[in-house]
Amino acid sequence: MNVRQILAKKGINVITIRPDRQIREAVTLMSRHHIGALVVVNSDGNPVGIISERDIVRRAAEDEALFGLEVQDIMTSDLVIGVPQDDISSVAQTMTKKRFRHLPIVENGDLVGIISIGDILKAERDQYLGEIDTLETKIQAESSQPE
Amino acid sequence: MSQVGTEASPLRVAVVGAGPTGFYTTDYLLKQDRLIVEVDMFERLPTPFGLVRYGVAPDHQKIKSVTKVYDRIAQNPRFRFFGNVELGKQISLADLRNHYHQIIFTTGAQSDRRLGIPGEDLEGSVPATEFVAWYNGHPDYRDYQVDLSCEHVVVIGVGNVAMDVARILCRTPEELAVTDIADYALEALTASKVKHVTIVGRRGPAQAAFTTPEIKELGELADTEAIVLADEAELDPLSQSALASGSDRSTAKKVEIIQSYVERKPTEKSRTLTLRFLVSPIELIGDETGRVAAVRLAKNELYATDAGSLRSRQTDEVETVPAGLVFRSIGYRGIPLEGVPFYENWGVILNKEGRVIDPNSQTAVIGEYTAGWIKRGPSGIIGTNKPDALETVTHMLADAEAGATLNPSDACADTAAAFVAQRQPRFISYDDWLKLDEMELSRGEAQGRPRVKFTSVEEMLAAIGK
Ligand SMILES: Cc1cc2nc3c(=O)[nH]c(=O)nc-3n(C[C@H](O)[C@H](O)[C@H](O)COP(=O)(O)OP(=O)(O)OC[C@H]3O[C@@H](n4cnc5c(N)ncnc54)[C@H](O)[C@@H]3O)c2cc1C
Ligand SMILES: NC(=O)c1ccc[n+]([C@@H]2O[C@H](COP(=O)([O-])OP(=O)(O)OC[C@H]3O[C@@H](n4cnc5c(N)ncnc54)[C@H](OP(=O)(O)O)[C@@H]3O)[C@@H](O)[C@H]2O)c1
Repeated sequence: MNVRQILAKKGINVITIRPDRQIREAVTLMSRHHIGALVVVNSDGNPVGIISERDIVRRAAEDEALFGLEVQDIMTSDLVIGVPQDDISSVAQTMTKKRFRHLPIVENGDLVGIISIGDILKAERDQYLGEIDTLETKIQAESSQPE
Repeated sequence: MSQVGTEASPLRVAVVGAGPTGFYTTDYLLKQDRLIVEVDMFERLPTPFGLVRYGVAPDHQKIKSVTKVYDRIAQNPRFRFFGNVELGKQISLADLRNHYHQIIFTTGAQSDRRLGIPGEDLEGSVPATEFVAWYNGHPDYRDYQVDLSCEHVVVIGVGNVAMDVARILCRTPEELAVTDIADYALEALTASKVKHVTIVGRRGPAQAAFTTPEIKELGELADTEAIVLADEAELDPLSQSALASGSDRSTAKKVEIIQSYVERKPTEKSRTLTLRFLVSPIELIGDETGRVAAVRLAKNELYATDAGSLRSRQTDEVETVPAGLVFRSIGYRGIPLEGVPFYENWGVILNKEGRVIDPNSQTAVIGEYTAGWIKRGPSGIIGTNKPDALETVTHMLADAEAGATLNPSDACADTAAAFVAQRQPRFISYDDWLKLDEMELSRGEAQGRPRVKFTSVEEMLAAIGK
């Protein structure tokens, strides 16, 4: 299973923000779209960072003036970017190993999506559920028509 | 609009496509108790079950018993089946909007992906999709010609479909005769001169897309020896370290089976089935008549992407292998339905968790939904479509409860049926199908086979007197 199968049912509209916008705006966007992270893009539309709820909460604990800061002040700019062909199991391993939770996906130079560790877990769960169901069918068939 | 989903005004849903996803969708819609729902299912073929009938290999009969579950779903009095009715042909999207509150597209993936290499369209280079439909007796492919007079066949891709294709080519007539393979295919395969089948994968054994039971099965064929080349079976350092973490036991098992085929030498068995890794086709070479004669393969090496998955890239090393027939088995592909937003890059209906999305406004198109292969792409086994259908149905019910449905001018079940009958007088009901099913089963019984399929639409219609 690869990343494309997850992205295919997430629409292709990626919510992004520019690095010089205020955190206030990032929070509003996240809340309006019910998402946990925003891809930060430069004026060419290329991803330059990512900003997550976690980044914001962590910073909020130490900095009351957080909302007035710019996105680029607290975003993670050490960014891992994926492609739609990436295998889901490998991505999951990399996320665990490198401790990040969101992966922007670029195809032919365009940002086409972002997947989270939650998306991956759900995809893997659905795959197992499907396998179990299919296996049960086979077993039932075996027991009802002995060869 | 008054509340729909009540006894007086049931939520009327059109399901387009009678594959597994169409049935799981129907089941979830009918077995919940929040709303009263009525389902009409439309299928372009006279027969239901999509790829379970026309994809799943004939020598995999057990899994086909899943259709008993679908038969049970179809018994619900709030369900009707209209076979031999195609969206885009006898009926249009506008027609459906006139008669239903919600429409869900479960049309699967009807086409194939292209390799994009020179020679791809030579005679004798065929998509696996067509071969599969042919041996399974799909009415659109019964007159299809496959020339099995050559000795060497190459199958490109190492997914489960490639396994199916290779296995069917390598089975003996006796093995095939006890399946529900189409009669004409049985005849053609019995006369087949094919001796050597080579399956080519662009990555290594640890990245092969096929599953463990399928690779195991290749080693158990009656008259074909499965072979893997020693140097290609060995894992590269990147794959080794990925597997070493121990988290992926099913891949480890798969690799173990692949490696167990290395020692095997061609024996007295009549055919060989060679599984190649780390090679990509770069050109199909034709003979003087324009028929494929060979495949040029480039040796690949693996590299890790930023996100950690291992991809292949070509090296300068090239070899040529003979092939009188090439099956391209690199994946299916969805095709667009008129008026339904489509994402060309991936061959899927543009959607968000099953709600169809308008590409301009990026908002949901009211009353239109999708599930299954046409929603997420051509991957996953039968059962995978179940959670996928549930995700969409959850949104359908929530939207209906929120009053966000289409506003059909005529939401009456009887007039919908009359309208369909007027557009397609020879539609097939589920009872008609059950009669056909019964006939196929008894034709099979007479020959000691699970079933003998009708393979033409006219034949089917005649059999039930339509
Ligand atoms: C060759 C092959 C072998 C497989 N073998 C197995 C296996 O052994 N075990 C397993 O678990 N899974 C197997 N699978 C996977 C499984 O078949 C799929 O997961 C499943 O069929 C997808 O279901 P679907 O309903 O989305 O699509 P489909 O099964 O393709 O159903 C779509 C239906 O929509 C109809 N349709 C299309 N367009 C229209 C239209 N315009 N109007 C009306 N109707 C339309 C089609 O005729 C078809 O009946 C196999 C797949 C393939 C390709
Ligand atoms: N018995 C069963 O349960 C059964 C039977 C049949 C089908 N199915 C299911 O149906 C789904 C579809 O199967 P599938 O076999 O069509 O698809 P698949 O599993 O996606 O396999 C496609 C194969 O083609 C390769 N490929 C893609 N592009 C290529 C290229 N340009 N050059 C060379 N190789 C290329 C892929 O390699 P990469 O991995 O490198 O991209 C992969 O090996 C799968 O989920 C499968 O499990 C199940």
